[in-house]
Amino acid sequence: MGMTIAEKIIAAAAGVSQVKTGDIHTVEVDRLMSNDGTTHLTIDMYNNKLKNPHIADTSKLVWIVDHNVPADSPKTAASHKKMRDFAKANNITFYEGKGVCHQIMMENHVRPGELIFGADSHTCAYGALGAFGTGVGCTDYLYAMVTGKSWLLVPETIKFNLTGKLRDGVYARDLILTIIGKIGANGANYKAMEFTGTGMESLNMSDRISICNLCVEAGAKTALMEVDDIAMDYLHTHGREPKACYKSDHDAVFAATYDINLEEIEPIVAKPHFVDNVVPASEVSGVKIDEAFLGSCNNGRIEDLRVGAALLKGRKVHPLVRFLVVPASASIYKQALDEGLITTFMEAGAIVMNANCSVCWGSCQGVIGENEVLISTGTRNFKGRAGHPSASVYLASAATVTASAILGEIATADSLK
Amino acid sequence: MGKTFRFHTDVDTDQIIASQYLLFPTIDEMKMHTFESLDPNFASKVKPGDFVVAAENFGCGSSREQAPSVLKALGVKAVIAKSFARIFYRNAINIGLPVIVCKELYDEVADGDDMELSLLDGVVTTGGREFTCTKLPEYMQEILDQGGLIASLNKEEA
Ligand code: SF4
Repeated sequence: MGMTIAEKIIAAAAGVSQVKTGDIHTVEVDRLMSNDGTTHLTIDMYNNKLKNPHIADTSKLVWIVDHNVPADSPKTAASHKKMRDFAKANNITFYEGKGVCHQIMMENHVRPGELIFGADSHTCAYGALGAFGTGVGCTDYLYAMVTGKSWLLVPETIKFNLTGKLRDGVYARDLILTIIGKIGANGANYKAMEFTGTGMESLNMSDRISICNLCVEAGAKTALMEVDDIAMDYLHTHGREPKACYKSDHDAVFAATYDINLEEIEPIVAKPHFVDNVVPASEVSGVKIDEAFLGSCNNGRIEDLRVGAALLKGRKVHPLVRFLVVPASASIYKQALDEGLITTFMEAGAIVMNANCSVCWGSCQGVIGENEVLISTGTRNFKGRAGHPSASVYLASAATVTASAILGEIATADSLK
Repeated sequence: MGKTFRFHTDVDTDQIIASQYLLFPTIDEMKMHTFESLDPNFASKVKPGDFVVAAENFGCGSSREQAPSVLKALGVKAVIAKSFARIFYRNAINIGLPVIVCKELYDEVADGDDMELSLLDGVVTTGGREFTCTKLPEYMQEILDQGGLIASLNKEEA
Protein backbone atom coordinates (compact mmCIF):
# COMPACT_ATOMS: atom_id res chain seq x y z
CA MET A 1 0.00 0.00 0.00
CA GLY A 2 1.22 3.52 -0.76
CA MET A 3 2.55 5.71 2.03
CA THR A 4 2.54 9.44 2.75
CA ILE A 5 5.73 11.40 3.47
CA ALA A 6 4.95 11.20 7.19
CA GLU A 7 4.52 7.43 7.02
CA LYS A 8 7.76 7.00 5.06
CA ILE A 9 9.81 8.98 7.56
CA ILE A 10 8.33 7.05 10.48
CA ALA A 11 8.89 3.72 8.70
CA ALA A 12 12.55 4.59 8.13
CA ALA A 13 12.97 5.73 11.74
CA ALA A 14 11.31 2.54 12.99
CA GLY A 15 13.39 0.35 10.68
CA VAL A 16 10.37 -1.23 9.00
CA SER A 17 9.22 -1.19 5.39
CA GLN A 18 5.58 -0.32 5.98
CA VAL A 19 3.60 1.51 8.63
CA LYS A 20 -0.09 2.38 8.81
CA THR A 21 -2.00 5.12 10.57
CA GLY A 22 -2.90 4.39 14.15
CA ASP A 23 0.06 2.07 14.77
CA ILE A 24 2.48 2.94 17.53
CA HIS A 25 6.16 2.47 16.67
CA THR A 26 9.42 2.77 18.51
CA VAL A 27 11.51 5.17 16.45
CA GLU A 28 15.10 6.36 16.35
CA VAL A 29 15.15 10.17 16.66
CA ASP A 30 17.70 12.00 14.45
CA ARG A 31 17.88 15.31 16.27
CA LEU A 32 16.72 16.80 19.53
CA MET A 33 16.22 20.54 19.90
CA SER A 34 15.46 22.22 23.22
CA ASN A 35 15.25 25.87 24.25
CA ASP A 36 15.23 27.91 27.45
CA GLY A 37 11.45 27.61 27.84
CA THR A 38 11.80 24.17 29.42
CA THR A 39 15.39 22.89 29.40
CA HIS A 40 16.00 23.81 33.05
CA LEU A 41 13.27 21.34 33.99
CA THR A 42 14.74 18.65 31.73
CA ILE A 43 18.09 19.07 33.46
CA ASP A 44 16.49 18.82 36.90
CA MET A 45 14.80 15.57 35.91
CA TYR A 46 18.03 14.31 34.38
CA ASN A 47 19.91 14.98 37.61
CA ASN A 48 17.26 13.99 40.13
CA LYS A 49 14.88 11.46 38.64
CA LEU A 50 16.99 9.12 36.53
CA LYS A 51 18.50 5.96 37.93
CA ASN A 52 21.18 5.94 35.32
CA PRO A 53 21.63 9.41 33.82
CA HIS A 54 23.42 9.37 30.46
CA ILE A 55 23.00 10.72 26.93
CA ALA A 56 22.60 8.26 24.05
CA ASP A 57 24.27 10.46 21.44
CA THR A 58 25.36 13.98 22.35
CA SER A 59 25.76 14.95 18.68
CA LYS A 60 21.97 14.75 18.22
CA LEU A 61 21.32 17.50 20.77
CA VAL A 62 20.97 21.20 19.98
CA TRP A 63 20.21 23.60 22.82
CA ILE A 64 19.20 27.16 22.15
CA VAL A 65 18.65 30.11 24.49
CA ASP A 66 16.17 32.27 22.58
CA HIS A 67 12.99 32.82 24.57
CA ASN A 68 14.18 35.22 27.26
CA VAL A 69 17.50 36.47 26.01
CA PRO A 70 19.14 38.52 27.38
CA ALA A 71 17.75 37.38 30.73
CA ASP A 72 15.04 39.59 32.23
CA SER A 73 15.37 38.56 35.87
CA PRO A 74 17.68 36.71 38.27
CA LYS A 75 15.38 33.65 38.03
CA THR A 76 15.72 33.53 34.26
CA ALA A 77 19.46 34.10 34.53
CA ALA A 78 19.70 31.11 36.86
CA SER A 79 17.74 28.90 34.46
CA HIS A 80 20.01 30.00 31.61
CA LYS A 81 23.12 29.31 33.64
CA LYS A 82 21.89 25.83 34.42
CA MET A 83 21.41 25.18 30.70
CA ARG A 84 24.71 26.76 29.68
CA ASP A 85 26.73 24.82 32.28
CA PHE A 86 25.10 21.51 31.43
CA ALA A 87 25.63 22.02 27.69
CA LYS A 88 29.29 22.80 28.26
CA ALA A 89 29.89 19.88 30.60
CA ASN A 90 28.24 17.46 28.16
CA ASN A 91 29.51 18.84 24.85
CA ILE A 92 26.06 19.80 23.61
CA THR A 93 25.80 22.14 20.62
CA PHE A 94 24.70 25.39 22.23
CA TYR A 95 23.46 28.74 20.94
CA GLU A 96 22.68 31.79 23.01
CA GLY A 97 21.36 35.03 21.58
CA LYS A 98 21.89 33.81 18.03
CA GLY A 99 18.20 33.79 17.18
CA VAL A 100 14.90 31.98 17.52
CA CYS A 101 15.39 28.22 17.86
CA HIS A 102 13.50 27.14 14.73
CA GLN A 103 15.28 29.65 12.53
CA ILE A 104 18.64 28.47 13.88
CA MET A 105 17.62 24.86 13.24
CA MET A 106 16.60 25.64 9.65
CA GLU A 107 19.79 27.58 8.96
CA ASN A 108 22.17 25.08 10.56
CA HIS A 109 20.79 21.63 11.28
CA VAL A 110 17.56 20.33 9.72
CA ARG A 111 17.98 17.82 6.87
CA PRO A 112 15.26 16.36 4.64
CA GLY A 113 14.07 12.95 5.79
CA GLU A 114 15.02 13.41 9.43
CA LEU A 115 12.76 12.75 12.38
CA ILE A 116 13.26 15.62 14.82
CA PHE A 117 11.88 16.20 18.29
CA GLY A 118 11.84 19.75 19.54
CA ALA A 119 10.79 20.73 23.03
CA ASP A 120 8.70 23.44 21.39
CA SER A 121 5.41 23.17 19.57
CA HIS A 122 6.47 25.04 16.41
CA THR A 123 9.03 22.34 15.58
CA CYS A 124 6.62 21.40 12.78
CA ALA A 125 8.32 24.23 10.81
CA TYR A 126 11.01 21.76 9.72
CA GLY A 127 8.60 20.23 7.21
CA ALA A 128 9.59 23.07 4.88
CA LEU A 129 12.76 21.02 4.33
CA GLY A 130 10.94 17.68 4.17
CA ALA A 131 11.77 16.72 7.77
CA PHE A 132 9.27 15.34 10.29
CA GLY A 133 9.54 17.84 13.13
CA THR A 134 7.24 17.51 16.08
CA GLY A 135 6.86 19.29 19.40
CA VAL A 136 7.30 17.36 22.64
CA GLY A 137 7.39 18.09 26.35
CA CYS A 138 10.48 17.73 28.50
CA THR A 139 9.76 14.20 29.72
CA ASP A 140 9.51 12.97 26.13
CA TYR A 141 12.62 14.95 25.38
CA LEU A 142 14.51 13.44 28.27
CA TYR A 143 13.50 9.91 27.32
CA ALA A 144 14.78 10.44 23.76
CA MET A 145 17.93 12.13 25.05
CA VAL A 146 18.73 9.11 27.24
CA THR A 147 17.69 6.33 24.87
CA GLY A 148 17.99 7.94 21.42
CA LYS A 149 14.49 6.62 20.82
CA SER A 150 10.84 7.37 21.42
CA TRP A 151 7.35 6.12 20.63
CA LEU A 152 5.23 7.60 17.89
CA LEU A 153 1.69 7.06 16.76
CA VAL A 154 1.51 7.11 12.95
CA PRO A 155 -0.72 10.09 12.10
CA GLU A 156 -3.23 10.44 9.31
CA THR A 157 -2.30 13.10 6.76
CA ILE A 158 -4.45 15.92 5.40
CA LYS A 159 -3.37 17.04 1.93
CA PHE A 160 -3.44 20.65 0.78
CA ASN A 161 -3.19 20.87 -2.96
CA LEU A 162 -2.07 24.39 -3.86
CA THR A 163 -2.46 25.95 -7.31
CA GLY A 164 -1.81 29.42 -8.71
CA LYS A 165 0.20 32.17 -7.11
CA LEU A 166 -0.40 34.61 -4.25
CA ARG A 167 -1.37 38.06 -5.53
CA ASP A 168 0.84 41.09 -4.83
CA GLY A 169 0.40 42.24 -1.24
CA VAL A 170 -0.76 38.80 -0.08
CA TYR A 171 1.65 36.60 1.86
CA ALA A 172 2.21 33.06 3.10
CA ARG A 173 0.95 34.21 6.49
CA ASP A 174 -2.40 35.12 4.93
CA LEU A 175 -2.54 31.68 3.32
CA ILE A 176 -1.86 29.67 6.46
CA LEU A 177 -4.21 31.82 8.58
CA THR A 178 -6.91 31.22 5.95
CA ILE A 179 -6.32 27.47 6.16
CA ILE A 180 -6.40 27.45 9.97
CA GLY A 181 -9.60 29.51 9.90
CA LYS A 182 -11.10 26.96 7.53
CA ILE A 183 -10.21 23.76 9.40
CA GLY A 184 -10.24 25.19 12.95
CA ALA A 185 -7.89 25.12 15.95
CA ASN A 186 -8.17 21.35 16.23
CA GLY A 187 -8.89 20.64 12.57
CA ALA A 188 -5.63 18.73 12.21
CA ASN A 189 -5.32 17.45 15.80
CA TYR A 190 -3.11 14.31 15.85
CA LYS A 191 -2.67 14.63 12.07
CA ALA A 192 0.04 15.63 9.62
CA MET A 193 -0.55 18.45 7.12
CA GLU A 194 1.09 17.99 3.74
CA PHE A 195 1.39 20.77 1.15
CA THR A 196 1.80 19.96 -2.50
CA GLY A 197 0.73 21.05 -5.97
CA THR A 198 1.93 23.47 -8.65
CA GLY A 199 1.35 26.41 -6.31
CA MET A 200 4.45 25.34 -4.36
CA GLU A 201 6.68 26.65 -7.16
CA SER A 202 5.87 30.25 -6.30
CA LEU A 203 6.58 29.86 -2.58
CA ASN A 204 10.13 30.56 -1.41
CA MET A 205 11.71 28.94 1.65
CA SER A 206 10.68 31.78 3.92
CA ASP A 207 7.04 31.32 2.83
CA ARG A 208 7.27 27.57 3.32
CA ILE A 209 8.72 27.85 6.82
CA SER A 210 5.98 30.31 7.71
CA ILE A 211 3.30 27.89 6.47
CA CYS A 212 4.66 24.76 8.17
CA ASN A 213 5.47 26.62 11.38
CA LEU A 214 1.88 27.66 12.02
CA CYS A 215 0.33 24.23 11.37
CA VAL A 216 0.44 23.41 15.08
CA GLU A 217 -2.20 26.12 15.51
CA ALA A 218 -4.56 23.71 13.75
CA GLY A 219 -3.36 21.03 16.18
CA ALA A 220 -1.09 19.29 13.65
CA LYS A 221 1.53 16.83 14.81
CA THR A 222 3.75 17.82 11.93
CA ALA A 223 3.72 19.59 8.56
CA LEU A 224 5.46 18.29 5.46
CA MET A 225 6.49 19.41 2.00
CA GLU A 226 8.28 17.64 -0.84
CA VAL A 227 11.93 18.49 -1.33
CA ASP A 228 12.16 20.33 -4.67
CA ASP A 229 14.84 22.53 -6.27
CA ILE A 230 13.93 25.47 -4.04
CA ALA A 231 14.47 23.38 -0.90
CA MET A 232 17.67 21.82 -2.28
CA ASP A 233 19.06 25.26 -3.12
CA TYR A 234 18.41 26.40 0.44
CA LEU A 235 20.04 23.29 1.83
CA HIS A 236 23.12 23.65 -0.37
CA THR A 237 23.45 27.36 0.36
CA HIS A 238 23.63 26.37 4.02
CA GLY A 239 26.16 23.62 3.30
CA ARG A 240 24.12 20.50 3.94
CA GLU A 241 22.92 17.40 2.10
CA PRO A 242 19.63 15.54 2.64
CA LYS A 243 19.28 12.36 4.65
CA ALA A 244 16.47 11.22 2.33
CA CYS A 245 13.90 12.94 0.12
CA TYR A 246 10.37 11.54 0.20
CA LYS A 247 7.21 12.06 -1.81
CA SER A 248 3.81 10.63 -0.98
CA ASP A 249 2.90 7.67 -3.20
CA HIS A 250 0.09 8.06 -5.74
CA ASP A 251 -1.97 5.51 -3.88
CA ALA A 252 -1.21 6.91 -0.41
CA VAL A 253 -4.32 7.40 1.69
CA PHE A 254 -5.18 10.88 2.95
CA ALA A 255 -7.71 11.71 5.65
CA ALA A 256 -8.91 14.64 3.53
CA THR A 257 -7.78 16.73 0.59
CA TYR A 258 -8.27 20.47 0.21
CA ASP A 259 -7.75 22.25 -3.12
CA ILE A 260 -6.63 25.81 -2.59
CA ASN A 261 -6.21 28.41 -5.30
CA LEU A 262 -3.59 30.87 -4.09
CA GLU A 263 -5.02 33.63 -6.30
CA GLU A 264 -8.09 33.72 -4.08
CA ILE A 265 -6.26 34.35 -0.81
CA GLU A 266 -6.72 37.82 0.70
CA PRO A 267 -4.98 39.69 3.53
CA ILE A 268 -6.22 38.08 6.73
CA VAL A 269 -6.19 38.98 10.41
CA ALA A 270 -6.67 36.57 13.32
CA LYS A 271 -8.66 38.35 16.01
CA PRO A 272 -8.28 37.81 19.77
CA HIS A 273 -8.05 35.26 21.37
CA PHE A 274 -7.78 32.39 18.92
CA VAL A 275 -5.63 31.78 15.86
CA ASP A 276 -8.60 30.30 13.98
CA ASN A 277 -10.69 33.41 14.65
CA VAL A 278 -9.84 34.87 11.23
CA VAL A 279 -11.48 37.60 9.19
CA PRO A 280 -10.50 39.55 6.07
CA ALA A 281 -8.17 42.34 7.23
CA SER A 282 -10.66 44.93 5.94
CA GLU A 283 -13.16 43.82 8.57
CA VAL A 284 -10.98 45.00 11.46
CA SER A 285 -9.46 48.05 9.80
CA GLY A 286 -9.51 51.08 12.06
CA VAL A 287 -8.96 49.20 15.33
CA LYS A 288 -6.52 51.40 17.29
CA ILE A 289 -3.24 49.75 18.28
CA ASP A 290 -0.62 50.47 20.95
CA GLU A 291 2.14 48.21 19.72
CA ALA A 292 3.16 46.38 16.55
CA PHE A 293 5.60 43.47 16.33
CA LEU A 294 7.52 42.32 13.28
CA GLY A 295 9.49 39.20 14.13
CA SER A 296 9.29 35.60 15.45
CA CYS A 297 10.09 32.24 13.91
CA ASN A 298 7.07 32.77 11.70
CA ASN A 299 7.82 36.15 10.15
CA GLY A 300 11.19 37.48 11.26
CA ARG A 301 13.17 36.49 8.17
CA ILE A 302 14.95 38.81 5.76
CA GLU A 303 12.02 38.61 3.31
CA ASP A 304 9.67 39.91 6.03
CA LEU A 305 12.05 42.67 7.06
CA ARG A 306 12.31 43.75 3.42
CA VAL A 307 8.53 43.98 3.18
CA GLY A 308 8.41 46.10 6.35
CA ALA A 309 11.31 48.36 5.38
CA ALA A 310 9.92 48.97 1.89
CA LEU A 311 6.66 50.23 3.38
CA LEU A 312 8.42 52.34 6.01
CA LYS A 313 10.86 54.03 3.63
CA GLY A 314 10.10 57.76 3.72
CA ARG A 315 7.38 57.26 6.34
CA LYS A 316 7.25 57.33 10.14
CA VAL A 317 5.92 54.99 12.78
CA HIS A 318 2.75 56.49 14.29
CA PRO A 319 3.63 58.58 17.38
CA LEU A 320 1.33 56.57 19.65
CA VAL A 321 2.70 53.17 18.56
CA ARG A 322 5.75 51.21 19.68
CA PHE A 323 6.93 49.28 16.63
CA LEU A 324 9.19 46.38 17.63
CA VAL A 325 11.36 44.95 14.86
CA VAL A 326 13.11 41.73 15.81
CA PRO A 327 15.10 39.71 13.25
CA ALA A 328 14.64 35.96 13.74
CA SER A 329 18.37 35.26 13.81
CA ALA A 330 21.67 37.07 14.19
CA SER A 331 22.58 36.23 10.60
CA ILE A 332 19.33 37.78 9.36
CA TYR A 333 20.09 40.82 11.52
CA LYS A 334 23.49 41.17 9.85
CA GLN A 335 22.02 40.80 6.42
CA ALA A 336 19.40 43.44 7.24
CA LEU A 337 22.23 45.76 8.34
CA ASP A 338 24.09 45.14 5.10
CA GLU A 339 20.97 45.86 3.07
CA GLY A 340 20.33 49.09 4.95
CA LEU A 341 16.99 47.86 6.32
CA ILE A 342 17.91 48.49 9.94
CA THR A 343 18.69 52.12 9.14
CA THR A 344 15.28 52.47 7.50
CA PHE A 345 13.56 51.01 10.54
CA MET A 346 15.44 53.21 12.96
CA GLU A 347 14.96 56.39 10.96
CA ALA A 348 11.26 55.70 10.89
CA GLY A 349 11.19 55.40 14.68
CA ALA A 350 10.99 51.61 15.11
CA ILE A 351 12.63 49.89 18.07
CA VAL A 352 15.06 47.32 16.65
CA MET A 353 15.98 44.53 19.05
CA ASN A 354 18.32 41.56 19.29
CA ALA A 355 17.29 38.29 17.66
CA ASN A 356 14.97 36.49 20.09
CA CYS A 357 11.33 35.46 20.62
CA SER A 358 10.44 38.89 21.99
CA VAL A 359 6.75 39.65 22.47
CA CYS A 360 5.70 36.60 20.47
CA TRP A 361 5.35 35.24 23.97
CA GLY A 362 4.59 37.39 26.96
CA SER A 363 7.54 36.77 29.16
CA CYS A 364 10.18 38.81 27.45
CA GLN A 365 10.77 42.30 26.09
CA GLY A 366 7.86 44.34 24.79
CA VAL A 367 5.02 42.83 26.83
CA ILE A 368 1.81 44.80 26.63
CA GLY A 369 -0.11 46.25 29.53
CA GLU A 370 -3.71 46.35 30.69
CA ASN A 371 -6.24 46.68 27.84
CA GLU A 372 -3.53 47.40 25.29
CA VAL A 373 -3.75 46.22 21.69
CA LEU A 374 -0.92 44.55 19.79
CA ILE A 375 -0.78 43.62 16.13
CA SER A 376 1.80 40.94 15.61
CA THR A 377 3.50 38.57 13.20
CA GLY A 378 3.98 36.23 16.18
CA THR A 379 2.38 32.82 16.24
CA ARG A 380 -0.37 33.09 18.85
CA ASN A 381 -2.99 35.52 20.10
CA PHE A 382 -4.19 33.60 23.15
CA LYS A 383 -5.47 35.57 26.13
CA GLY A 384 -2.45 36.76 28.11
CA ARG A 385 0.01 35.41 25.55
CA ALA A 386 1.73 38.76 25.06
CA GLY A 387 1.38 40.29 28.49
CA HIS A 388 -1.65 41.37 30.54
CA PRO A 389 -4.69 39.05 30.32
CA SER A 390 -6.94 42.00 29.47
CA ALA A 391 -4.84 42.90 26.42
CA SER A 392 -5.72 41.96 22.84
CA VAL A 393 -3.49 40.46 20.17
CA TYR A 394 -4.24 40.48 16.46
CA LEU A 395 -2.12 38.36 14.09
CA ALA A 396 -1.30 39.38 10.54
CA SER A 397 1.37 39.46 7.82
CA ALA A 398 4.51 41.62 7.92
CA ALA A 399 2.86 44.02 5.48
CA THR A 400 -0.33 44.45 7.48
CA VAL A 401 1.59 44.81 10.74
CA THR A 402 3.89 47.49 9.29
CA ALA A 403 1.04 49.41 7.66
CA SER A 404 -0.79 49.35 11.00
CA ALA A 405 2.32 50.61 12.81
CA ILE A 406 2.44 53.58 10.44
CA LEU A 407 -1.25 54.45 10.67
CA GLY A 408 -1.77 53.68 14.37
CA GLU A 409 -4.70 51.41 13.57
CA ILE A 410 -5.18 48.11 11.82
CA ALA A 411 -4.73 48.64 8.10
CA THR A 412 -3.45 46.79 5.04
CA ALA A 413 -0.56 48.04 2.92
CA ASP A 414 -3.09 49.24 0.32
CA SER A 415 -4.21 52.03 2.66
CA LEU A 416 -0.79 53.65 2.42
CA LYS A 417 -1.11 54.38 -1.28
CA MET B 1 -14.67 11.99 45.94
CA GLY B 2 -13.48 15.30 44.50
CA LYS B 3 -14.92 18.59 43.29
CA THR B 4 -15.33 19.54 39.64
CA PHE B 5 -13.66 22.59 38.14
CA ARG B 6 -15.35 23.09 34.80
CA PHE B 7 -13.69 24.97 31.90
CA HIS B 8 -14.75 25.79 28.34
CA THR B 9 -13.49 24.74 24.90
CA ASP B 10 -9.99 25.50 23.51
CA VAL B 11 -8.36 26.08 26.91
CA ASP B 12 -4.80 26.78 25.80
CA THR B 13 -1.54 26.19 27.61
CA ASP B 14 -1.01 29.93 28.17
CA GLN B 15 -4.22 29.90 30.20
CA ILE B 16 -3.17 26.83 32.17
CA ILE B 17 0.19 28.37 33.05
CA ALA B 18 1.21 31.71 31.54
CA SER B 19 4.57 32.29 29.84
CA GLN B 20 5.91 34.63 32.48
CA TYR B 21 6.06 31.82 35.04
CA LEU B 22 7.67 29.13 32.87
CA LEU B 23 11.23 29.99 33.72
CA PHE B 24 10.57 29.88 37.45
CA PRO B 25 13.04 27.37 38.83
CA THR B 26 10.54 24.71 39.97
CA ILE B 27 7.01 23.48 39.30
CA ASP B 28 6.15 24.20 42.93
CA GLU B 29 6.94 27.87 42.41
CA MET B 30 4.77 27.93 39.27
CA LYS B 31 1.74 26.03 40.49
CA MET B 32 0.10 28.90 42.39
CA HIS B 33 -0.39 30.63 39.01
CA THR B 34 -2.37 27.77 37.44
CA PHE B 35 -5.36 28.99 35.37
CA GLU B 36 -4.60 32.50 36.64
CA SER B 37 -6.18 34.36 33.70
CA LEU B 38 -9.36 32.27 33.91
CA ASP B 39 -9.78 31.99 37.68
CA PRO B 40 -7.20 33.77 39.85
CA ASN B 41 -8.29 31.72 42.88
CA PHE B 42 -8.11 28.29 41.26
CA ALA B 43 -4.80 27.31 42.83
CA SER B 44 -5.97 28.16 46.34
CA LYS B 45 -9.37 26.49 45.92
CA VAL B 46 -8.38 23.20 44.30
CA LYS B 47 -7.74 20.26 46.63
CA PRO B 48 -5.93 17.02 46.02
CA GLY B 49 -8.38 14.59 44.41
CA ASP B 50 -10.36 17.28 42.54
CA PHE B 51 -11.11 17.14 38.81
CA VAL B 52 -10.70 19.45 35.85
CA VAL B 53 -13.46 19.01 33.28
CA ALA B 54 -13.42 20.73 29.89
CA ALA B 55 -14.98 20.70 26.44
CA GLU B 56 -13.01 20.26 23.18
CA ASN B 57 -9.29 20.69 22.49
CA PHE B 58 -8.09 21.07 26.08
CA GLY B 59 -4.41 22.06 26.29
CA CYS B 60 -3.98 23.45 22.79
CA GLY B 61 -1.00 25.67 22.09
CA SER B 62 2.51 25.21 23.30
CA SER B 63 4.43 22.07 24.21
CA ARG B 64 5.15 23.31 27.74
CA GLU B 65 5.05 20.31 30.01
CA GLN B 66 4.63 22.78 32.83
CA ALA B 67 0.91 22.75 31.92
CA PRO B 68 0.08 19.18 32.99
CA SER B 69 2.82 19.38 35.66
CA VAL B 70 1.23 22.24 37.62
CA LEU B 71 -2.12 20.42 37.56
CA LYS B 72 -0.49 17.28 38.88
CA ALA B 73 1.45 19.25 41.50
CA LEU B 74 -1.81 20.75 42.76
CA GLY B 75 -3.18 17.25 43.19
CA VAL B 76 -5.69 17.27 40.32
CA LYS B 77 -6.73 13.63 40.04
CA ALA B 78 -7.59 13.67 36.34
CA VAL B 79 -8.52 15.95 33.48
CA ILE B 80 -11.68 14.79 31.74
CA ALA B 81 -12.51 16.47 28.43
CA LYS B 82 -14.41 15.94 25.20
CA SER B 83 -11.04 16.05 23.42
CA PHE B 84 -7.44 17.03 24.08
CA ALA B 85 -4.78 18.76 22.01
CA ARG B 86 -2.09 16.30 21.03
CA ILE B 87 1.00 17.52 22.85
CA PHE B 88 -0.80 18.17 26.13
CA TYR B 89 -2.30 14.69 26.02
CA ARG B 90 1.04 13.05 25.44
CA ASN B 91 2.80 15.16 28.07
CA ALA B 92 0.13 14.36 30.66
CA ILE B 93 0.52 10.63 30.18
CA ASN B 94 4.29 10.94 30.23
CA ILE B 95 4.22 12.64 33.63
CA GLY B 96 1.52 10.32 34.99
CA LEU B 97 -1.49 12.67 35.01
CA PRO B 98 -4.60 10.78 33.88
CA VAL B 99 -6.25 12.46 30.88
CA ILE B 100 -9.58 10.98 30.02
CA VAL B 101 -11.76 11.47 26.98
CA CYS B 102 -15.46 11.48 27.78
CA LYS B 103 -17.83 13.02 25.26
CA GLU B 104 -20.99 12.98 27.41
CA LEU B 105 -19.80 14.18 30.79
CA TYR B 106 -19.14 17.86 30.03
CA ASP B 107 -22.72 18.82 29.25
CA GLU B 108 -24.06 16.97 32.29
CA VAL B 109 -21.85 18.36 35.02
CA ALA B 110 -21.64 21.78 36.69
CA ASP B 111 -18.79 23.63 38.32
CA GLY B 112 -18.45 22.49 41.93
CA ASP B 113 -20.25 19.14 41.48
CA ASP B 114 -18.92 16.17 43.41
CA MET B 115 -17.40 13.48 41.28
CA GLU B 116 -15.77 10.10 41.60
CA LEU B 117 -13.53 8.31 39.12
CA SER B 118 -12.62 4.67 38.95
CA LEU B 119 -9.47 4.78 36.86
CA LEU B 120 -9.34 1.03 36.47
CA ASP B 121 -12.57 0.69 34.54
CA GLY B 122 -12.76 4.30 33.31
CA VAL B 123 -16.09 5.14 34.91
CA VAL B 124 -16.98 8.58 36.26
CA THR B 125 -19.80 8.90 38.77
CA THR B 126 -21.50 12.21 39.45
CA GLY B 127 -25.00 13.21 40.51
CA GLY B 128 -25.97 9.55 40.78
CA ARG B 129 -25.12 8.89 37.13
CA GLU B 130 -22.30 6.89 35.59
CA PHE B 131 -20.33 7.89 32.52
CA THR B 132 -18.04 5.50 30.71
CA CYS B 133 -14.92 7.05 29.26
CA THR B 134 -12.86 6.13 26.20
CA LYS B 135 -10.06 3.71 26.98
CA LEU B 136 -6.44 4.71 26.44
CA PRO B 137 -4.43 2.73 23.87
CA GLU B 138 -2.69 -0.10 25.71
CA TYR B 139 0.77 1.36 25.16
CA MET B 140 -0.17 4.62 26.85
CA GLN B 141 -2.10 2.92 29.64
CA GLU B 142 1.05 1.03 30.48
CA ILE B 143 3.10 4.24 30.75
CA LEU B 144 0.43 5.70 33.00
CA ASP B 145 0.26 2.54 35.13
CA GLN B 146 3.97 2.69 35.76
CA GLY B 147 3.67 6.26 36.99
CA GLY B 148 4.86 7.97 33.81
CA LEU B 149 7.59 7.70 31.22
CA ILE B 150 10.55 8.34 33.53
CA ALA B 151 9.43 5.66 35.96
CA SER B 152 9.10 3.25 33.07
CA LEU B 153 12.53 4.27 31.75
CA ASN B 154 14.09 3.65 35.15
CA LYS B 155 12.53 0.21 35.11
CA GLU B 156 13.89 -0.52 31.62
CA GLU B 157 17.35 0.50 32.75
CA ALA B 158 17.26 -1.38 36.01
S1 SF4 C 1 9.21 33.10 18.20
FE1 SF4 C 1 7.29 32.63 19.25
S2 SF4 C 1 6.55 30.72 18.37
FE2 SF4 C 1 8.68 30.96 17.74
S3 SF4 C 1 9.81 29.79 19.26
FE3 SF4 C 1 9.72 31.90 19.99
S4 SF4 C 1 7.93 32.05 21.33
FE4 SF4 C 1 7.76 30.15 20.12
